[in-house]
Amino acid sequence: MNIDELERKLIMAARSNPPSDRVPYAFEMRIMERLKQPVFADHWSVWGQALWRAAAPCVAIMVLFTAWTVLSPTASPAEGDIDQELERTVMASFEAEPSAEMNW
Amino acid sequence: MTFGGAPHILVGMERTDAELIAAVLRGDAASFEPLVQKYSPRLFATARRYARREDEVEDIVQEVWLKAYQKLSGFRGEAPFEHWLMRMAVRTCYDFLRNHQRNRETAFSEITDAEGDWLEHYAQEPENARENADAARQLVARVLEHLSPPARVIITLLEIEEKSIKEISRLTGWSLPLVKVRAFRARAEMRKFLARMAREKYL
Repeated sequence: MNIDELERKLIMAARSNPPSDRVPYAFEMRIMERLKQPVFADHWSVWGQALWRAAAPCVAIMVLFTAWTVLSPTASPAEGDIDQELERTVMASFEAEPSAEMNW
Repeated sequence: MTFGGAPHILVGMERTDAELIAAVLRGDAASFEPLVQKYSPRLFATARRYARREDEVEDIVQEVWLKAYQKLSGFRGEAPFEHWLMRMAVRTCYDFLRNHQRNRETAFSEITDAEGDWLEHYAQEPENARENADAARQLVARVLEHLSPPARVIITLLEIEEKSIKEISRLTGWSLPLVKVRAFRARAEMRKFLARMAREKYL
């Protein structure tokens, strides 16, 4: 079967048969009545739409921060320095106040 | 907006679309009715290309009018109101197709006897198969129902309504390259479906 010719014939059939433009009786009155009714906002859909809109910027910010964190050149402390850093942090208050013992 | 009375009816004077729209935006909602009366036939004809059941067609047209009313302030008047409305109609029809993707995988046994006879006649004598036969019209409607929503919209606008790629882009909101890609895929999808139908039913 020639598919191209079949397609052409079917398209021609559709072209030769445009759909009716008949409008149901009093349709415009129905629309105007519908417009008079108050519009009740669906709060869940409003929230959903807002969240979906916020999703893309949030992902973009997350990607930027991740890239910044990964790519920024930070001097990583050498192994063993962590102990000293901890000790310095703990003792910082005593070093800052030499007369701390006097308070006891 | 006010709906009461009929201040918009001026005997012997037919107001233009721009005047009616301006009146609606000023708060005279009743001025929307002449627009509904004027453009509903065009909207019904468009909706009937995508929905078969009459209640679905009415729902589509009603949705288009409600959207048009709600978004009327966004109509800038650069293009005719009809173009703006038709864009909304095509997009609403596309959404309808996406939400009602049923029956796309139905069997070919659904083809009626008349449609089957037309196909058989075409298989035997392609040049004598009449294009204006009712069976051919029903068959093409059935074929379109089996296409994916983008393919159906593209085939309808490009092949049946013979619109240009640029017009389709304007109506659907798709970019020109996307319309071209979807047109290519739509033709392939339709040919594939017809080939499958021919193979399973008549070879």
